[in-house]
Amino acid sequence: MRIRGVELGVGIFMLAGAIALAVLALNVSGLNLSKQEGSYKVYALFENIGGLTPRSKVTMSGVTIGQVTSITLDSDQLMARVEMEIYKDIDYLSVDSSASILTAGLLGEKYIGVTTGADDEMLSEGDYIEDTQSALVLEELVGKFLFNQATE
Amino acid sequence: MDFFDDTIIDIQQLTFSRGERVIYNNVDIKIPRGKITAIMGPSGTGKTTLLKLIGGQIKPDSGSILLDGDDIPRLGRKQLFNVREKMGMLFQSGALFTDMTVFENVAFPIRIHTDLPDDMIRDVVLMKLQAVGLRGASRLMPSELSGGMARRVALARAIALDPQLVMYDEPFTGQDPIAMGVLVNLIKRLNNALGHTSIIVSHDIQETLGIADYIYLIADSKVIAQGTPEELKHVVSSQVRQFMEGLPDGPVPFHFPADDYYTDLMKGHG
Amino acid sequence: MKALIDWVQGIGSDTLHRLSALGRAGLILAQALIARPTPAQSFPLLIRQLYFVGVLSLIIIVVSGLFIGMVLGLQGYTILVDYGSEQAVGQMVALSLVRELAPVVTALLFAGRAGSALTAEIGLMKATEQLSSMEMIGVDPLRRIIAPRFWAGFISLPILAMIFSAVGIWGGMLVGVDWLGIYEGSFWANMQNSVDFFDDVVNGLIKAQVFGLVVTWIAVYQGYDSVPTSEGISQATTKTVVYSSLAVLGVDFILTALMFGDL
Repeated sequence: MRIRGVELGVGIFMLAGAIALAVLALNVSGLNLSKQEGSYKVYALFENIGGLTPRSKVTMSGVTIGQVTSITLDSDQLMARVEMEIYKDIDYLSVDSSASILTAGLLGEKYIGVTTGADDEMLSEGDYIEDTQSALVLEELVGKFLFNQATE
Repeated sequence: MDFFDDTIIDIQQLTFSRGERVIYNNVDIKIPRGKITAIMGPSGTGKTTLLKLIGGQIKPDSGSILLDGDDIPRLGRKQLFNVREKMGMLFQSGALFTDMTVFENVAFPIRIHTDLPDDMIRDVVLMKLQAVGLRGASRLMPSELSGGMARRVALARAIALDPQLVMYDEPFTGQDPIAMGVLVNLIKRLNNALGHTSIIVSHDIQETLGIADYIYLIADSKVIAQGTPEELKHVVSSQVRQFMEGLPDGPVPFHFPADDYYTDLMKGHG
Repeated sequence: MKALIDWVQGIGSDTLHRLSALGRAGLILAQALIARPTPAQSFPLLIRQLYFVGVLSLIIIVVSGLFIGMVLGLQGYTILVDYGSEQAVGQMVALSLVRELAPVVTALLFAGRAGSALTAEIGLMKATEQLSSMEMIGVDPLRRIIAPRFWAGFISLPILAMIFSAVGIWGGMLVGVDWLGIYEGSFWANMQNSVDFFDDVVNGLIKAQVFGLVVTWIAVYQGYDSVPTSEGISQATTKTVVYSSLAVLGVDFILTALMFGDL
């Protein structure tokens, strides 16, 4: 009877829904199914984080190695304390690594770029990256430029 | 009054109102077993409401409705379900389920109330459809039936479980004379053959008088007359006469209550 | 003085009216949902309703999704090209669809297409005494009629919204990449960088799910509570579309504030 057509239609409908979800997950949001198992936390203090937000990327040579999980104000040093999660298998960041806040493109989003140093000891859970470089703030740059112009 | 030696339904001191309007005020009605009882009265007196009260679809303000000793308004959900197995109801519009075939419509109550295997259900359904003369239409959808046929299918569905009580809500309204004749015959014949009790709610006087064994006349939220068709013909009350003979004016006024005609007309010239 | 008292009384009766309607709607929902599931009977009914409510809404959803995606692509391009960041078209199309347009537009279309049909169907069943006769046979119409229709709407809407998103993004890509010549790699890369599965896709789905609840609930309630006459049913159908559209937009604001507003 017509039942067959109805069931077929509903089957196609459900499949279409599943495919749409898969497309949204994989193609659109770039969800990585082989999600990194585990991570460790490191911290860094910045003078100024510019427009950095939680969930921003942490990269090394442009490759994502983790993400920013929270940003708080450190009340002792009066600096921004950024907590980031680094994937567990990235275990070769030396303790003298440096972190800087970079911008993707001229007006793009902010992210953290990490460069390793030469020390033999590696960063582990809870460590601080000592060498940091704050975000470039456009107003400060312009101000500095004008100041230089004036003193010349 | 040999009718009432054996009653199937005993309604005592029934009061029911909808909002401000009192539909029934302290009414007593007894329905004799195995007979055809007609509830008659002008439109808007809540005759259909009475059937819904008996079916337990609505609850009265006070009073009791005893069906074989079970007080319907006080039954729980489960008991009501069981009691309804004993009742069949033919709705005014037929109320066939539009998304099922004629066959499935008649099979529906059987599937709900019994665990009969499919081939037995098939036999029962075809028997019921044969009884109303529509076995050949079992594959049709309700939308393909004429009004009279739809009502006969609904009747087959109402008697599908061989109920003890069949209620007919305005079975003759809007039927052509042939369909009407068929229905009148069918109701009478089924009542005799299957031995159930029938309650007919109607305002079609001639048809109803022809088949009813006992009649209740309802107006102004109470029973104004009752008796066999023969007895009712000799009641002298003007209210009863007006209804039975279909006079346009009488105790039930032709005019809706209004201000004085002359003053009302003159208002416009104020 | 009398006018004032009348006015206050009017407010009172209006409030009571609305509260009792809300109560009835809640009861209908509760009774339909706590229905003891009888899988053997309920499942075929649900499938049937999924067909009417979901599958038959598919065409309008796919066509609207495609066009909205294409329009977004075109509009986004003309604006972004001035800043030299036309690669961000993908990101713009995807974010606006996934977060906002897909759930909302799908819910609005769904209210017009499926919601009104549900209301009219249930209202007509009531007017032709099918609900009463079902009750007389001993079947609760809330379980048999209302419950499968409610669940079908509740399940369908998120699925339709996902399909809307996917088709819309494809439409945006057609315009952006194939027609206007944005480099395909950066189109997708930008999109994937900015769309987060949990924050955007899942939140959009949650929205669609809530809208599914709201729209279907309003539709079945209006049908079940309609005055069983032809005017009553047409009024109920109109109410379904108006109320559910307004409810969707209102609820959307609240959900957006909760999800993306950093509250």
